[in-house]
Amino acid sequence: MLYAIRSLPFLWQGLLVTLEVSALVVFFSLIAGVILGVGIVYGPPWLYWPIRIYSDFFRGIPLLVLIFFIYYGLPLFGLNFTNFGSVVLALSAFETAHIIEVVRGAIQSIPRGQNEAAKTIGLTFGKRLLYVIAPQAARRFLPPWINAVVDTVKGSALVSLVGIVDLMLAIQQVIGRTYIPMPLYVLGAVMYFVINYSLSSASRALEARFAYIRE
Amino acid sequence: MTYHLNYDFIWRHFDRLGWGLVLSLELALISILIGMAIGLSLALAYTGGGRFIRSLVAAYVEFIRNVPLLLLVYLVFYGVPSVGGFAYEATAGFVITLAVYAGATMVEVFRAGLAAVPGGLTDAGKAIGLTGWQRLIWVRLPTMFRIVLPSLSNAYVSLFKDTSLASVIAVPELTYGAQWINTNSFRVIEVWSVTAPMYLVTGYGLLFLLQRLERRFAVH
Amino acid sequence: MSASSSSLVVQVRGLKKSFGANRVLDGVDLDVHKGEVVVVIGPSGSGKTTLLRCINLLETYEEGSIQVDGVEVGFRDGPGGTRQHRGDRELSRIRADIGMVFQLFNLFPHLTARENVMLGLRKVRGLSAAEAKRTAEQWLARVGLADKFDSLPSQLSGGQQQRVGIARAVAMEPKVLLLDEITSALDPELVGEVLTVVQELAKDGMTMIVVTHEMTFARDVSTRILFMDGGRIQVEGTPRQVLSMTNHERLKAFLARIEMKHH
Repeated sequence: MLYAIRSLPFLWQGLLVTLEVSALVVFFSLIAGVILGVGIVYGPPWLYWPIRIYSDFFRGIPLLVLIFFIYYGLPLFGLNFTNFGSVVLALSAFETAHIIEVVRGAIQSIPRGQNEAAKTIGLTFGKRLLYVIAPQAARRFLPPWINAVVDTVKGSALVSLVGIVDLMLAIQQVIGRTYIPMPLYVLGAVMYFVINYSLSSASRALEARFAYIRE
Repeated sequence: MTYHLNYDFIWRHFDRLGWGLVLSLELALISILIGMAIGLSLALAYTGGGRFIRSLVAAYVEFIRNVPLLLLVYLVFYGVPSVGGFAYEATAGFVITLAVYAGATMVEVFRAGLAAVPGGLTDAGKAIGLTGWQRLIWVRLPTMFRIVLPSLSNAYVSLFKDTSLASVIAVPELTYGAQWINTNSFRVIEVWSVTAPMYLVTGYGLLFLLQRLERRFAVH
Repeated sequence: MSASSSSLVVQVRGLKKSFGANRVLDGVDLDVHKGEVVVVIGPSGSGKTTLLRCINLLETYEEGSIQVDGVEVGFRDGPGGTRQHRGDRELSRIRADIGMVFQLFNLFPHLTARENVMLGLRKVRGLSAAEAKRTAEQWLARVGLADKFDSLPSQLSGGQQQRVGIARAVAMEPKVLLLDEITSALDPELVGEVLTVVQELAKDGMTMIVVTHEMTFARDVSTRILFMDGGRIQVEGTPRQVLSMTNHERLKAFLARIEMKHH
């Protein structure tokens, strides 16, 4: 048990890597996801199908398969990313697909009458989006997006399988030295739990606060 | 850099992929069945129980849903035997883990499903003199199952994709087969260009079939 | 093609619209003059709501012409005598002069009552924040909601929400007000407060086209009643004429059904 406590600094380093990977993935997937999500809802037909295929593809394969493919396959395409870069790319591509669906759901769950009422007071497309649609979409977007962030943190544990020393691999390495698995797994679970539970609590609080938005 | 596509190795060892896919489907099926049993009992306990029971169930659900599945797999397969003194083989260990994981999702599915049963049906049951247990078995549960069919379909396909994690403890499912081919042939593009579509086609195919089934039974 | 001196506010000619294979509007002609309150009655599926929604182009149509204050709403003249659909910007300008109140209110849930009314005033009419606030509050007071400026729609009853909806539409000072079954979704005891507001607007000279099932309102407030069925205007006349007509079978049957429902 003492080993578990003494290994904390090492685990802490791993945790920082986990947070770093997660933060980068959340950042890239949020930007790409929102742009593509708005594009799939409001864009022309020739934009709809490529985005739709992208979203369905990346949500239809396991994350692990994607990580392996990008990690082993990217060099073959002449793209020499670092290990870290490859996994951030794989995770971001994966999460973007999910964010697209969250954005799409947020916008399309707004009743049609809202857009119609905005039209009847003479608002142009841009102003309808800005003053009527976006405020309502944002409130519907946040709770599921935070769930996606939690999924990202959980998914980041898979980078341990291609040699990135995140929290998961740090735990494995300590166990490799000490041969005492259980306390370390429990400690690791607690660390992941603290991060993710805080995030999901925030999501629940937001959902409650904005309940008045929903009919 | 030139790279010549060569699928020979893949086709020669396709049985690892084919049978791996079958195993993935089986693992997901067993896990969701056990998970449903866990989920239903806990959902009923939660709905009918007092504060203490509710916090226990909530703790279980919150723990499982906030910890990476990979960690759970290691915890069950490596961690538990080290304190329990017993061991299980990889497939059984993974099924236990995935079932417990599925159970957490199922608790929420069934809890919401039970809450969605229209109160009027329960009233009608009372009015014809059914007891609480009778109402549960003959009125509420059948209705609940029809309501949650879409969630069950999505959960099954999701678990099917999660079986890919069994590869890390050498369970010979689809991803493990693909990794074996990968490391033994370095035919990276070939193997994943076969494996990814296998997941896609199976996943969406299942969803399509399950939705056909839903239309016959589901209640909206 | 301006009509500033004419009192003709809305002119519909030969309006035809189908939803897929279903012909919903089958050649509708209508003139509405300033200050008129035209009430449209008829069974569901007769096209009454669709007619209203075509006027401010919430629905497109295949054939026909709709002019508000002399301006063709949905189309402009294209090259070689053809007509083109108007773009969003032009359409928005025209829509600002046509007000609509909806059956389901469609208030913006993230804005207070005052902000709901102010949005159009600020972003379309270009009023300053102070002016918009003052105008919004005046209109909300007119509809009897002087104590609800800061309330969110979720804090208001159905009748109150609908009155905000009316204030929101009327604050824009539209040339014509379209009212689409505005009391159909209300509890019976809340209907009166809304109809009172509409009656006052009528007295002040607002031009209105009203789709409704409320026969008492139709009889007391309208200047003209239209009975629609099967996508066409079947009967048209003063309230007394239309409501006591005994020789039109479908109209009689419809009125009988409505009477039974309300007693």
